[in-house]
Amino acid sequence: MGNEQLKEPDFNVRFEYRRKKSKEEMRFQLISFMLMIFLTILAFIAVGSNHFPPKFVIPFLLLLASVQVGFQLYYFMHASEKGHTFPMTFMYSAILVAFVTVLVFMTIIWW
Amino acid sequence: MSTVASKKGIGAFIWEYLTTVDHKKIAHLYLAAGGFFFLLGGLEAMFIRIQLMKPQNDFISEQLFNEVMTMHGTTMIFLAAMPLLFAYMNAVVPLQIGARDVAFPFMNALGFWLFFLGGIFLNLSWFLGGAPDAGWTSYASLSMRSEGHGIDFYLLGVQISGFGTLMSGINFLATIINMRAPGMSFMRMPMFTWTTFVASSLILLAFPPLTISVFLLMFDRLFGSKFFDVAMGGNTIIWEHFFWIFGHPEVYILILPAFGIFSEIVPTFSRKRLFGYSSMVFATILIGFLGFMVWAHHMFTTGLGNVANAIFAVATMAIAVPTGIKIFNWLFTMWGGNIKITVPMLWALGFIPSFVIGGVTGIMQAVAPLDYQLHDTYFIVAHFHYVIVGGVVFALFAAAHFYWPKMFGTQLSEKLGYWTFIFFFPGFHLTFFVQHFLGLMGMPRRVATFLPGQGLDAGNYISSIGAFLMFIGVVLLLINIVVTSVKNKKVANDPWGDGRTMEWALPSPPPYYNFKQTPLVRGLDTWWLEKMEGNKELPPAEPLKDIHMPNNSILPFIISSGLFIAAFGAMYSPLNVVGDGKPWGVPVLILGLGIMFGTMLLRSLLDDYGYYIPKEDLVDDEGKGGRAG
Ligand code: HEM
Ligand SMILES: [Cu+2]
Repeated sequence: MGNEQLKEPDFNVRFEYRRKKSKEEMRFQLISFMLMIFLTILAFIAVGSNHFPPKFVIPFLLLLASVQVGFQLYYFMHASEKGHTFPMTFMYSAILVAFVTVLVFMTIIWW
Repeated sequence: MSTVASKKGIGAFIWEYLTTVDHKKIAHLYLAAGGFFFLLGGLEAMFIRIQLMKPQNDFISEQLFNEVMTMHGTTMIFLAAMPLLFAYMNAVVPLQIGARDVAFPFMNALGFWLFFLGGIFLNLSWFLGGAPDAGWTSYASLSMRSEGHGIDFYLLGVQISGFGTLMSGINFLATIINMRAPGMSFMRMPMFTWTTFVASSLILLAFPPLTISVFLLMFDRLFGSKFFDVAMGGNTIIWEHFFWIFGHPEVYILILPAFGIFSEIVPTFSRKRLFGYSSMVFATILIGFLGFMVWAHHMFTTGLGNVANAIFAVATMAIAVPTGIKIFNWLFTMWGGNIKITVPMLWALGFIPSFVIGGVTGIMQAVAPLDYQLHDTYFIVAHFHYVIVGGVVFALFAAAHFYWPKMFGTQLSEKLGYWTFIFFFPGFHLTFFVQHFLGLMGMPRRVATFLPGQGLDAGNYISSIGAFLMFIGVVLLLINIVVTSVKNKKVANDPWGDGRTMEWALPSPPPYYNFKQTPLVRGLDTWWLEKMEGNKELPPAEPLKDIHMPNNSILPFIISSGLFIAAFGAMYSPLNVVGDGKPWGVPVLILGLGIMFGTMLLRSLLDDYGYYIPKEDLVDDEGKGGRAG
């Protein structure tokens, strides 16, 4: 396969394109990485400061967690890029199934 | 390749199969191993029926009965039905989508050896102090109290073979997503490929809960943890939840491929395209999803509460809708078709009414208040045998006849095939139909004997007679296989004459590289389409070029053996609840895991690029390999 790519005429154009693209990606990754650290600090403060009631902290942590998962999937695992449709379909199906299962345990099953 | 090997003698033959990564040979391995376990489970079933033939029989003791009953269920589900389905999936799915192999041939072999050695480990319990005795469901409240190592054999054996199943499931997902030939869009995929795809997704999502719960119980029994020990703050019901979160999808993992097999057979012998193809696909996916939302219907009587029972009852009944769609689609496929009653078609015809009976009793059980009456009686036994034997086993028999030419190049005798059906089909109904009434009259399931004069004698006697008829049917099938193999009369590409999907365009059996040139798919029922246009071959999608093939490898076998050895070490760990820990327990555990991880490391470090079949060799192979164009 390696050989075939080299033979292609527009190899240089592609290379330039990839380079630009990678640079952009790197920027997004850094930004989201900093945001993630920031969110983690927020989480620690929410728990550690003892100022906030659990009624607020628990939903707040869950919210932060889901944002983190989103960052992880979309910026670090490139979920939105081409060729990721299937893994993402499976990921979301699994999330749906797991979510419903947990929901059932939390709501209608009492042991 | 196989012909070369067999001429080299028995040693080379065995070595070839130990190291093979070819999906067609792995299919043979699955068929042989699954068939072996099927016979073992069948023998255990005969012991059960002989013991229950008359009241207060003492053919086998109570303890032995529990062991036989547990091993029957466990063997049939994990070691017979699923591997036999894998045999046909391996044999057929890559051919149906125009691929040269599965996505990960090495992992395919690893999956097989893990399943096989896990199954062997489980069955070694018979010789090493007694088999598991807590039912195939192994409820924690029962299995925590079981004496001896039976349950440990169950846990370790099911865990190891479960790893293998999970791997095979992932492999088929990757194969079907990535390896389809040009033109083979999702909505052109044959139904067997579709159902394999959905069943593999179910494996992907359902086996992890089993793995986790088996690990938890394993730790409780072998390493002194207390997850399920109520006295120590554990929860014993949670096992049931976990088991059925796996267990209900599991029954669909079994039945969906069976549906797929019949969806191939019915159009083939009705000489008519499948009615409502897209609704079939939709129904399959819907069943897959709904299958995860109904597990608690196995636990109505645990006291979940009215709300939970009501919701799960309704969810369960909802599954009957897509299942009904499928039944009607098969009927409409036959309607107006030019039906030819071959042995596979005969099983398909027998399947429809039998499975409908099983579905109806399923709906009855889904009515939670009624289930308080039915639960843990022979009614349940009747229900699941109607769906599993009338659905899955019929499909396995049908597929054996249907795909035998593609797997081995010979055709099973139709005449003997009819005789198998003539004994098995009535035997099946005789055995299980009366069990509905035994259950309604109050006979509990999983009992070693019953008292005379309670109206149960005649029913049980009839049931046992039926079991003997089924036994004769299976023996006839074995004779059929032996006779056919001895005669060894080779058949052509499309021995049924009416093949619709791509595998029938290839020689029987196909050459080891399957397709000389990757075919171009121009529509649903690809091969039928080409035949109707007068083509003798599939159109090629690429020029003739070198073919890349994977090398054989012994490593999958060694990795699996390492885990097999480790299992003995874990079982005799000094912490186990049986209290007969051995000093060598932990060292053997470490040794086994060392072999496993060491071999995995070896595999990662040693690059294996496979080899190429030069295209000059292919040109010489005139008339072989689905030559396209
Ligand atoms: C219309 C579809 C179905 C419905 C509504 C249904 C419903 C049920 C219910 C409610 C039970 C629990 C009964 C009890 O223990 O009290 C049950 C048990 C069972 N079903 Fe089904 N079922 C359906 C299809 C299937 C299929 C397709 C299979 C397998 C291929 C299957 C296999 C089983 C097994 C193995 C059990 C017993 C498990 C055990 O306790 O050992 N069912 N079914
Ligand atoms: Cu179920």
